[in-house]
Amino acid sequence: MFKNIVYSKWFGFVAGILIVLIILPLFVPRFFVYIFALIYVTSLLAMSLNMVVGYGGMFQFHHAVFYGVGAYTVALMLTKSSMPTWIGFIAGPIVAAFTGLIIGWFCVRLTRLYFGMLQISLGSLIWAIVFRWYGFTGGDDGIHGVPMPSIISSLNGSYYFILIIFLICLVVMYMVIKSPFGSTLQAIRDNSQRCEAVGINVRRYQLLGIVIATFFAGVAGVLFVALERSVFAEMLFWVLSLEIFIMCLLGGWFTFAGPILGAAITVALRTFVGRYTEYWTLILGVMLILVIFFLPEGVMGFFQGLFKPGIKEATERGKR
Amino acid sequence: MLQVEALHKSFEDFMAVNGANLTVGKGEIVAVIGPNGAGKTTLFNLITGALKRDKGKIIFKSEDISELPPYEICMKGISRSYQIVNIFPRLTVFENAQVAVLSHQRRSSNLFRPAKTIAVKETRNILESMGLLEKEKSIAGSLSHGDQKILEIAVALGNEPELLILDEPTAGMSPEETQATMDLVRRLARMRGLTILFCEHDMDIVFSIAQSIMVMRHGQTIIQGTPEEVRGNKEVQEAYLGGE
Repeated sequence: MFKNIVYSKWFGFVAGILIVLIILPLFVPRFFVYIFALIYVTSLLAMSLNMVVGYGGMFQFHHAVFYGVGAYTVALMLTKSSMPTWIGFIAGPIVAAFTGLIIGWFCVRLTRLYFGMLQISLGSLIWAIVFRWYGFTGGDDGIHGVPMPSIISSLNGSYYFILIIFLICLVVMYMVIKSPFGSTLQAIRDNSQRCEAVGINVRRYQLLGIVIATFFAGVAGVLFVALERSVFAEMLFWVLSLEIFIMCLLGGWFTFAGPILGAAITVALRTFVGRYTEYWTLILGVMLILVIFFLPEGVMGFFQGLFKPGIKEATERGKR
Repeated sequence: MLQVEALHKSFEDFMAVNGANLTVGKGEIVAVIGPNGAGKTTLFNLITGALKRDKGKIIFKSEDISELPPYEICMKGISRSYQIVNIFPRLTVFENAQVAVLSHQRRSSNLFRPAKTIAVKETRNILESMGLLEKEKSIAGSLSHGDQKILEIAVALGNEPELLILDEPTAGMSPEETQATMDLVRRLARMRGLTILFCEHDMDIVFSIAQSIMVMRHGQTIIQGTPEEVRGNKEVQEAYLGGE
């Protein structure tokens, strides 16, 4: 009974937010529309990372690569060929997922930190190729002026396009997390040894998790191109990977919506504090330290802990 | 049902298992006893594939399983619980058992149906038979040690094993909990027609419920026989029972 009320409250809350997001472009300045669209893109990227890190327990340190691969795929296809736009939009995530499959295939053979180190190295390899291959990728100049169909070439058009795709991705990701596969992935995070003992081929599930997550990172890359119409080599640089990792930590990496909050905080800080000082990361750093000390489950995790007793205790026991 | 022959396993220079032999017949309750460090847990790790044996044979239902990875051995019908609690601490009690049930039903890779609508009956059945149903929504990591040990067994049952291996199921439990757990194990074995292989330090328990007892020392099998035979064996008395 109590639970039903909580759920119905949530429903009202979500519906309210949705309406605000839909009518937002009608009454805020263009700049804020752009910032919100950027937050959706970044949130999707952070959530895709959270799927492997928070739910899968894998140290995917260099996740931005798949974001970049998705973005570059669509940018290259639309500038170097005359293929229809939608093919590029579909190809982006698929190529990203395929890259995830190849890198992941090697990484799942290792565990924990070794997984992370190999992942960084292989990811940096792709960054180096993109960064150096001037003739094809434009090197550190990136690619600019990617043509977009007229319907999403205006800012409001791209805002709605990004919002719709973002919401669809949220629903699909939520379904995946709540599916048997999602439970199994979380079980692997909690205890991979026990998972093997109950008949789960751990590596195969980890790899599938990586492929799904990198697919969504690719979607985020495509959405970025839809918003900015350009790509840069920085999109595949490890600094961005670190940034999205921080977003997950900040928002709460065991929660579904946490990374959205983390992404919103980071984008807002970069935009509004970054305007006054290039040391905006200092504030981010201080916030992160405070979160780690006082809200080890992240901001969202803290609030979730209020509703779900036991989680905190379980984490603390896990640390021992 | 399970036949272990001349099994060897060494870690660097240390022979953890050095010629273990074990026979487990269908429907039997078999205990492995021996002093600390005798190689009981290593033996179980070898049977379930968590470790690779150096030499010897492990035959389950007339098939050699000694080269198989753990998840395949589990699919063949061997499930185990651990001496040190080994559950999924951040998942709920229900989800803990469900992970195993889903795996057994080969539905773990289902991506788009909500997990809470799948295999609910089977999972609840197991929790009910273990007396954990009231706590199904609790986070496993927050349970008491005794409950976690019971959940351990519940997870192992999720795979509907034919052979259930219990590594010190009552380690760290109070005498009352121990008694209740062993009653539970006995009842389960009868109800589900399980074959049980377990190890345990409490000799009263071992001699009261095991139909066959295997004694290990320095990684070696001294004897396997009925409780009477084991009790009467001179070597065992010297090596183990007399020492206490």
